[in-house]
Formats: sequence, C-alpha cells, structure tokens
Amino acid sequence: MKFQIPIGPQHPALKEPISLRMTVEGEVIRDADLRLGYNHRGLEKLAEEKSWIQNIYLTERICGICSHSHATCFVQGVEKLMEVEPPRRGLYLRYLVAELERVHSHLLWLGVAGHEAGFDTFFMYTWRDREVVMDILEMISGNRVHYAINTLGGVRRDIDEALRKKILDSLEVLRRRSEYYFKVGASEPTFVARLAGVGKLSKEQAMTLCAVGPTARASGVDRDVRKNDPHAFYDEAPFDVATADSCDVLGRAVVRIKELFESYKIIDFILRNLPSGPVAVKAPRKAKPNEVVSRYEAPRGENIHYIRSNGTEKPERLKVRAPTLANYPATVEMLRNGFIADIPLIFAAIDPCICCAERTVELRNARTGEERVVRFSELRRLAQERARRLPRQRNVPWPL
Amino acid sequence: MAAVNTILYLLVYPGLLFLFVFSTFAEWFDRKLYARLQNRMGPTHTGRWGILQPVADFIKLMAKEDIVPSRADKALFIVLPIAGLATVLTAGLLLPVWLSPPSGPSYVSFSGDIIILLYLLSLPTLVFFLAGWASTNAFSIIGGTRVLTMLFGYEVPLFLSVLSPALLAGSWRLAEIAAFYRAKPLLILPNLIGFGVALLAVQAKLERTPFDIPHAETEIVGGTFTEYSGKKLAFFRLMTDIEMVVSAALLAAVFLGGFGGGFALGFVQLVLKTLAVIFLLSVIRAVTGRIRVDQVVSFAWRWLAPLAVLQLFIVILIKGFVL
Repeated sequence: MKFQIPIGPQHPALKEPISLRMTVEGEVIRDADLRLGYNHRGLEKLAEEKSWIQNIYLTERICGICSHSHATCFVQGVEKLMEVEPPRRGLYLRYLVAELERVHSHLLWLGVAGHEAGFDTFFMYTWRDREVVMDILEMISGNRVHYAINTLGGVRRDIDEALRKKILDSLEVLRRRSEYYFKVGASEPTFVARLAGVGKLSKEQAMTLCAVGPTARASGVDRDVRKNDPHAFYDEAPFDVATADSCDVLGRAVVRIKELFESYKIIDFILRNLPSGPVAVKAPRKAKPNEVVSRYEAPRGENIHYIRSNGTEKPERLKVRAPTLANYPATVEMLRNGFIADIPLIFAAIDPCICCAERTVELRNARTGEERVVRFSELRRLAQERARRLPRQRNVPWPL
Repeated sequence: MAAVNTILYLLVYPGLLFLFVFSTFAEWFDRKLYARLQNRMGPTHTGRWGILQPVADFIKLMAKEDIVPSRADKALFIVLPIAGLATVLTAGLLLPVWLSPPSGPSYVSFSGDIIILLYLLSLPTLVFFLAGWASTNAFSIIGGTRVLTMLFGYEVPLFLSVLSPALLAGSWRLAEIAAFYRAKPLLILPNLIGFGVALLAVQAKLERTPFDIPHAETEIVGGTFTEYSGKKLAFFRLMTDIEMVVSAALLAAVFLGGFGGGFALGFVQLVLKTLAVIFLLSVIRAVTGRIRVDQVVSFAWRWLAPLAVLQLFIVILIKGFVL
C-alpha cells in the first residue's frame, strides 16, 4: 500500500517549517518531495534599503545559529569592495568568534542527532557542554546568539589577557568532553546501528549534486573554503580538512566531531599568536561601483554572498546562497529508498537551516496541485478581491 | 467477610487504588531517575521532590478537551482506552500478593495463572494497534503497524524466558513458583540469562527506548496516540504505567522470589523488588538510542530467542541432573 505522509510544515522533528512529502510503501520511502516557501522574509530586498553598516546586523539575523558566518561573509565582501584592510588583531578576533561558533554549532548538531535517533541522554550531555562555549562567546561579545562583533574594517570589541587565559582553560574542558563524545558516538551500539549505512551519498553523487560542508566531506569530497581558498590567516593556521569515506550519517557525525578538534587547534593557534595593535580601522561610508563574491566556510558548509555596489551608501544587490540550499538536491537523493525511521536523521544530517535558504514563495493549490509564483502586488489584489466577495460581517459580535 | 475481602481485593490492594498510587509513583521514580541519569532535574514542583507530578498530569489530562476525529471509527476509538485499562488492571489482580504463603487455589491464584497473566499483558499491544488503526491518521496507522511488527519480535522470547523458571519450579501457578524460589534461593542464579532476556522483552513491550518505535516523536509525531487527547489519553498513559508495574512485578515474582512473608513484609517486598526491576528498565532507557523496527525483529530473533532457548536448555539440564 502506497501512501503519502507529510513531514511538515509542522512536525516535531523539524524546528522550522518546511514540507517533506514522503511517498511510502510500508516503512520504505519510494519518493520524496521537498517544498520550500514557508519562511520567506524578503531579506535580500530589505538589504537594498539599508546602509552598509546596517546590513551587517541584517545579515547577522539571516540565521540564529551561524549568525556570525553570514555577517562575516558579508563584511569580507564589503571590505573588498571598499578596499579596506582590517588590522591583524581584528582579523584574528573575528575568526576566533567564527571558530567558536563552529564549535557551538557542531555540539548543537550532535545533540540534535542524538535526539533524532532517540538517544536523549546524548542530547542532554552535549547541550550541557555547549554552554561552555556559549559562555565564552558571551564573555567575548556580550551576547549568546547574535554576537554583533563584526564591523567594517575589523571587530567592535577586544579581549584582555584574563579572558584569553579563561578561553584556553575552557578549551581544555571542551576537548576532553569532545573526546568522550567521540568515544560514545562511535561505540554505543544502538546509536551506531541507527546511523551507519543510513542516507548513502556516494562521492560522485555528492560532486554532481553540489553538496557542501560536512555532507560533502563525509562522502570523501575534500572541499573546504578555509583550505581551498584561504581567507585572512587560514593559510598559516595549522588544521586539516576532516573527511570520512563512509558516505552515511555516521560519517557526517564523525566529520563534525573531527572538525571540533580542528577548530580547537585553530582557536589555540589564534589565542597563542594573537598580534597586538588596534582591532579596527575606519571604513568609508560609500563603496565604489563594483561587484564581489564572498565565500566563507560556515559550520554547515560553504556560504556565498554576492554583493554589488553602485557608489552609494547602500548595496544595489545582495544575493545570499546559504549552505542548506546547496544540500537540498542531495537530501532528496539520500532519502530515496530509506526507511521512515531515517527521515529525521537524514534530514538533520545536513544540519538544515530552513529560513536561511528561503528565497522565494511559491503558491500551490492544495486541491489541484497547480503551482505558480506571484508578485506581491498580485497577492494584495487577490486578497482585496476575496475580501470584497465575502459577505459583510462588520457587526458580528466578538465570540468570547 | 468473604465479600468484604473481595471488595478490598478488587478496589484497594492489589486492586484499583494500590495500582493507581503505585503506578504513578513508579512513573515518578522512572522519570526522576531518567532525568538524573541525563543530568537534569526531573519533576520538582508538585509535591515533595515532584512526587505528585504524574498524578497532576493525570488530573490535568482528565480535564482537557476530548476530541474524537470525525473520520475515526468512533465506537472503537472510545472503547479502546477503557478496554486497555481494564486489561492491565485485571492482570494486576493476578499478581501473587496477599495470598502467600500459597494457600489453596482461588479465583486469583490457580494453576496456569502465569499464562493468563502473560496473555493479559499481550492484550495492550493489540489495543495499541487497534487504537492506531481506528484513528485513521497516517502517523497513527504507521505507529499501529509498528506495534504489531514489534510484537512478532519480542513476544516469543518473553514467553520462553518467563516460562523456563516455571518449568524449573514445576508449577504453572505464580504463588507456587515464587514459594519454590524462596525455599531454594540458589536456583535463582541459573535463571539470570532468562531474566536479562525478559527484561529486554518487557522494555520492548512497554515501548520504551531503545524500543519506543511506535511513538517515535521525531519520526511519526505521537504515533499510535497522535489523535488521542483528554480523558482517553489520560487512560492510555495510566494504562502504560500500570502495565509497567505489573510487568515488573511479574518479573520480580518469577525471577526474584516473589513477595512472601505475610501482608506487611509482602507489601514491602512487592514495592522494593518492582522498583528494582523498574530501575534496570530506566537505566536501559537512559543509555540507549532508538533502533529501527526491522532491527528490533532481527535483534529479537538473532539474540533474544536463542538466549531464551539456551535458558530453557539449562533449566531442562538442571531439572534432569541436579534436582
């Protein structure tokens, strides 16, 4: 018996709205259909209305977990447009926050993976230890989620010697805990039984479907912006690109845990080689007409911002390609012929950030299945027409 | 006097009142322990150490709006929670309490009551399946089929492992089996393999991690119970709690020597031994993740069933050569 089960737009496994229509036969998924457009915020249009500085805070709000990634990606691009060179100390601090963010994002993901696999104890433990890195971030920036530390030409806050020592101490705790998770994640039989061999994506498929980040690296694709196209000091920092060749969800978990250790190495390097000097230089208010593509390795994969300036103090166009969007085609492929029980795991394994990836609204008639893309003015006209057709209900008493 | 005794037996101990109080306490114990193992607080607010939280949850659910889906099979949908609760309460009556030391056979303790108890504990599974099916919700139907699929895995190992101590004791009556092991405590040891198998099978029967597949939240929302709300959900939750207590007490009676020594001592033993079994069940729940339904069946037939047969073999050897 074939029938469709809807995963989303509202579903306990999904923290954000997206619709996955699964055609299942018993417990086996025969087809998957991904529908976006529940969380569109018109962000790119909004960016055209705001100044360069204001846009840093806007891009920071693209995502709640990799907030610093989007802001950094944007700032990198704009600095290139304005031909501003941030001071070394500013750069080091910017990528210190970036690596700490990667640590918190990966620890969060490990917890989510545990929860999706029904291993709630793992979830509780990793999220407890994630507080350590959240505390560090709060001490550096004053905030837990939107650090607001980037500015054009550097960063907004400096760290002192006491804080530097404290971060190094906390790093030791995190390293020890991560080793424990590596052991648990790789040896707890029920956990391994659930993750191994699930959501297969071969190296060729990962290449042709343009997967990014840990999803691609777990399929043996050795791709990392920090290594392939090093920005700032990444060509000097000692780290390796973590890969796995098991091509499944277990591989994605292993890659993320390995990346934690690489991040600890980079953070260690930053803190031990922190140059002295100012943290920021003054940036101009306007940028000359030009265009730039900025790449950044976010925790979830490669993040791309395309920015075009027209000589004013506002961007003419900002295009954001979040890593989640790049991983969607691969997800559909991974879901096919899997089990219902594996849907949340496979979907969670790309670490989806749904609102980051929403760029358009598509209307679909629920009865006929007809699709169309409409302009906002058209939507407004439809709404007004419908309101006219409704019977007058002005004097209806309030029901309560 | 006999009539008063019967009413006390049905309504107070080990009937309705005791099972209600003890099962809510057992749920609190399970939740608190699970929470502490996960480095959380668990229930804290209702009553001392949150001990009344399960009761509060029950009362809250009883007061909630009760919705019957328009497409559901109404009669079945409404009857199932009551039938399920009745089944486990009846099973609770068959536990060998109060009557021990074994007096003569009576209406709650007779030769073969262990079989009846096992069957009464199988019925909730059928109730869960029908509940999922009657809801006509895609998630419920998948949950319901998962319930049945799992049944094919754990039921045979459970029966084999619970019946082998009975074979060794040479009786089909729970009170006599318990009395046999109280008289010869050393003979509890050869049954340890069976105890392990039965523990895992009971964990699967109670649908707890790693076998909480029929209501795997992240996959199929509420599973079997997706459409249930209000009083009916409260009944189902109470039913699961009582099922946990009765199954744990069954294991305690068969493998741990039962609850002898008169009324008071028997009561203390019942509570302590049952909680000991629930402790093991909670630890299993805390240290594992959820496996897939096909993995349950293959695990049950690859490991549990052969181990149960091995247990049976050991029992036969002991019975043939030692006793």
